[in-house]
Amino acid sequence: MEERIPRKDFQRLAELASLELPEQEAEYLRKELNKQMISIEVLESIPIDAETGTAAHGLPYTEFNSPAPREDIASQDPHRQAILDQAPELEDDYIVVPDISHQELE
Amino acid sequence: MKTCDLPAYAIADLVRTRQISAVEVLEDALERIRRVDGRLGEVDAPRAESEEDLSSVHAFTQVTEDYAREQAQKIDQLVKDGENPGPLAGVPYTAKDIFTVKGVRTTAGSKILSNYIAPYSATVVERMEAAGAVMLGKVNLDEFTYGSSSESSTYKPVPRNPWDTSRVVGGSSGGSAAAVAAGEGAISLGTDTGGSIRHPAAFCGTVGLKPTYGRVSRYGLIAFGSSLDCPGPLTRNVTDAAITLQAIAGHDARDATSAAVPVPDYLAEMEKEVRGLRIGLSEEFFRVTYFDAESMELVENPIDDQIREAVLSVAGFLAQLGADIVTDVPMPHTKYGVPTYFVISRVEASSNLLRFDGVKYGYRTSQSFKDLPELYRKTRGEGFGVEPKLRMLMGIYLSAAQFDKGYYQRALKARALIRQDFETVFDPRGKYRLDALLTPTAPSTAFPIGSVYGDSVLMQYSDQLTATTNHAGIPGLSFPVGFDRDNLPIGAQVLGPDYSEGRLLGIARAYEEVTEEKAWRNLKPPLVAALDS
Repeated sequence: MEERIPRKDFQRLAELASLELPEQEAEYLRKELNKQMISIEVLESIPIDAETGTAAHGLPYTEFNSPAPREDIASQDPHRQAILDQAPELEDDYIVVPDISHQELE
Repeated sequence: MKTCDLPAYAIADLVRTRQISAVEVLEDALERIRRVDGRLGEVDAPRAESEEDLSSVHAFTQVTEDYAREQAQKIDQLVKDGENPGPLAGVPYTAKDIFTVKGVRTTAGSKILSNYIAPYSATVVERMEAAGAVMLGKVNLDEFTYGSSSESSTYKPVPRNPWDTSRVVGGSSGGSAAAVAAGEGAISLGTDTGGSIRHPAAFCGTVGLKPTYGRVSRYGLIAFGSSLDCPGPLTRNVTDAAITLQAIAGHDARDATSAAVPVPDYLAEMEKEVRGLRIGLSEEFFRVTYFDAESMELVENPIDDQIREAVLSVAGFLAQLGADIVTDVPMPHTKYGVPTYFVISRVEASSNLLRFDGVKYGYRTSQSFKDLPELYRKTRGEGFGVEPKLRMLMGIYLSAAQFDKGYYQRALKARALIRQDFETVFDPRGKYRLDALLTPTAPSTAFPIGSVYGDSVLMQYSDQLTATTNHAGIPGLSFPVGFDRDNLPIGAQVLGPDYSEGRLLGIARAYEEVTEEKAWRNLKPPLVAALDS
């Protein structure tokens, strides 16, 4: 059976997903992804005519069910301290973001 | 008087009329939890091995005893002061650990949120509290709701089915269904993205209601598939589902997708008779169709005969009550429900999971790191279990330009066709003019723990009969319709047009009423029955 997602592509996916994966786990995940792809490819067999649109939601939003837009009012978030309390690293009420490495693009 | 197995409406009535206090009801519920639930779920704790572990429910990841006691005392004070304590006064409930509750640990069943204390409460939780309900704690689930057996939770031991503790509870709202079935709370709040309320409800013999998309606010729900997610109740009877939906439904300014549609009186809707309703049966819902990896062909398998017979028997009862049963209703795109779900849900999940990074909140790796990308990779590699990893990788694969074969666009078109199937049969001027479809909820009853977990494709096909409802955005209600030869519950579901929850509740209630003298209605899960003997 031809693999839809070979090792090289899988490594690129893991990089895009920002996941460091032990080798054994990576191989299990890749095997399952390949199985899932076979299942997904059945979608190619559905007869879809040019008229069929895409549905971002199953349920259409119309005048009947769409809420009116909210007023654009600035307000102080009431949970400020509780949110800050969750951060792994703080400095004077700022969340510390570790260094971002720079990479020269070719 | 022990209140654990009473309906929510009966408990609320007793509390309102001062026949029992909310604190006494709470003490009953806490005692039940102590007797049947066993070890609480904890991150990476040992799996169930001892005899006690293997015969306990393990629905909970956290019992919020102090929080509950404070709420119960408040209800008792309101009653004492002659004020209205709400329609769910003193009713103990649980929340799937995917809903934020202010000041309470909220984990999504994941290590990556294992230390997260929510700074605010979900709208549904606020509405349950405003209705007088008392939260007993958080219940276990598949990690980030990704699964159909609740086995993927990082919190071990995972829940076990109260009807047979060697079996799974279904998923992903498995802790919810197990808790309700075992009398650990009369109600649980769950979420349904591809069947995650109805599937465990069927496996554990409870009622489970997935409302129309947008009928109930998603604010405070940790997102999986944002165009599919629906919060809803799991209960032991239909009336309790109606009362709970009444409490939580309605527009919420904090969720832009919540519908601006008036909420009807669900109890009044539920009492309407089924005479004259047109209820459809579709053969497409009595089989599972999947792409076989070995033969590379589409394979069709009928669902278990016992489930088929049980659902047809429901149709028979409804016909006796005057409903018109319409057979051979075509739903040709049902078989594409799971492949479409594989694409849409993964793309949405991968987008939603990128926010967990070890910087703002949640778990952070204890390893050293040289820069931000390395922190991300280590934290996320350690913090997520295999299911979220699979969904992110697949979502990125399906949506990344370099791998693009138009899967996502094609899935969105397939979703339009699935919606069209339902619109065609519900069209009041069409050939079928259905008020509802009656189908099995799941292709099997609860399977043994460990028998499917690990095979991500086979597990997903457990949702084939529920996923199309989420694609279409319509409501669905699963309700118990008997037991199989292994004494495991069987569930049927009714599906209806947008915002027809009242009618679905009415159909399920009519069936409940006409079968209330049946012997199987009096059965209790063995571990609950053992407490009475």
